[in-house]
Amino acid sequence: MSEIHIQAPGLLSTVQDLGREGFGPLGISPSGAADAISLRIGNRLVGNAEAAAALEMTLLGGTFVFPQGAAFALTGSDFGATLDEAPVQLWASCVARPSQVLRVGPTRSGARCYLSVHGGIAVPLFLGSAATHLLSGLGGHEGRGLRKGDVLQIGPTNTPFRKGTLPPHVRQRLSPRNILRVTPGPQHDWFSDAARRAFLSSTYRVTEESNRMGLRLEGPPVANTFADGTYGGEMITEGVPLGAVQITAAGLPIILLVEQQTTGGYAKLANVISADFHSLGQLRPRDEIRFEQVAWDTARSLLIEQEELLASPDLILES
Amino acid sequence: MPPTVAEGARFQFASDQSLLVSFGAKITRPAHELVLKLLRLLESEHVPGIRNLHPAYCSLLVKFDPLRLRHADLQAMLEQYLSRLEKVALPKPRLVEIPVCYGGEYGPDLLEVSALHKLAPKQVIELHSSATYLVYFLGFVPGFAYLGELPDGLITPRLPTPRRKVPAGSVAIAGNQTGVYPVVTPGGWRLLGRTPLAMFRPDRHGLSLLTIGDQVRFVPISAQQFAALERA
Repeated sequence: MSEIHIQAPGLLSTVQDLGREGFGPLGISPSGAADAISLRIGNRLVGNAEAAAALEMTLLGGTFVFPQGAAFALTGSDFGATLDEAPVQLWASCVARPSQVLRVGPTRSGARCYLSVHGGIAVPLFLGSAATHLLSGLGGHEGRGLRKGDVLQIGPTNTPFRKGTLPPHVRQRLSPRNILRVTPGPQHDWFSDAARRAFLSSTYRVTEESNRMGLRLEGPPVANTFADGTYGGEMITEGVPLGAVQITAAGLPIILLVEQQTTGGYAKLANVISADFHSLGQLRPRDEIRFEQVAWDTARSLLIEQEELLASPDLILES
Repeated sequence: MPPTVAEGARFQFASDQSLLVSFGAKITRPAHELVLKLLRLLESEHVPGIRNLHPAYCSLLVKFDPLRLRHADLQAMLEQYLSRLEKVALPKPRLVEIPVCYGGEYGPDLLEVSALHKLAPKQVIELHSSATYLVYFLGFVPGFAYLGELPDGLITPRLPTPRRKVPAGSVAIAGNQTGVYPVVTPGGWRLLGRTPLAMFRPDRHGLSLLTIGDQVRFVPISAQQFAALERA
């Protein structure tokens, strides 16, 4: 079996796939790639099933050796990678000869870069998924981020591999947004019209305290009382979906990410639409974002358009 | 979307791929039973298009595949299930005993909680271990059971500043709830003691020691018993 030897792990590199849905009753969130679209396209570029396991790198990539060689692709943000000193093209499949070294550097754009390999990364599945869940130390490679000296196995390469790239117009259409589109959250009417307008017209900054569980924002606090000083209601802990925009007691938003808590006790003013989830995974500390409210039907048609684009048979340009 | 009500349940769009079903806006045993019955019914029938279920005190968040279903389709389906809830029989709840070594390094907040309620630490331990608690749901992190209700004399606000790291196994209280931290996490509940039992184990059938609907009693043990159980 082919291997990937980890010479340097980068800041936080974890094995991820599309996560494990269905374990909410046990308090287990799906986890999985924070930018699922980049992982899916990476797998397509190397001829894998879309949901195969890949490596998610955060802000600073690692150094990897392929002793037996491998076909691979880098997708997501540009981390300035080289293969034996030669620049590696992002969004394209490449072939590493035996013992070549892939160096993935610091980010030049967003938060995450994905390394997919032909055959996928083979780790024991936990509840049907290879996704690492860092908080509980489960899944992925020993339930943790990679360390220097770790060895990952590459799965059997029984699907065909052809070199390909993602056409620029597709990349353009799927590029991460910093104006996040939202639908109203279940407690949106607990906030005054003025507070909601202020939320939608303010710029927020992602803080350093953000991680795979959630993005903590700073900016103008959202008033959580009405003009007469009353609260919209008394929150009882309830199930929370991916992308929920919770407003803390201090009026600051927290957006739930893939390794989210499954239930929560903050009022939710809004929810990021599914078509923009991948953008959340590319936000870095200090990035500035805004919110734009869209209609329920718009949220749905944007997702359908995105999925049609991803499903098109000529998504990948063979080279 | 304005919420709609059917079969005593309230439906709200929570996101473009989830629908929140609530049974009233109060933590009550009847509301809990409705949540549990709807959860068990949906789990047993594997409804196409439903991806995940997040039960809580008096609500169930239903995550669905937005490419297969719209909120209205799901709501119509759920209304059918709601009309069948009366006929769902719940099994007799299991009673799970959890050994706890109270106070000392395991329960760093025991003395402060005692002082807040003008009780001796021994009385706090007696009160906490005298009640039989209901597992309302598991949430927050894997295997974290929300247990209620605390005896009135123990109702205590959260810590003003959450701890950055609460040790796994910590037995804690907040408001009228109690619970056990299954993994090391940040947490604002007050720590009364610690159990040597693993609340969540990936290699164990069922994974979580507790499940929604269980009954729980805490049994005080000594530091020696704690050490012996931890070795076992």
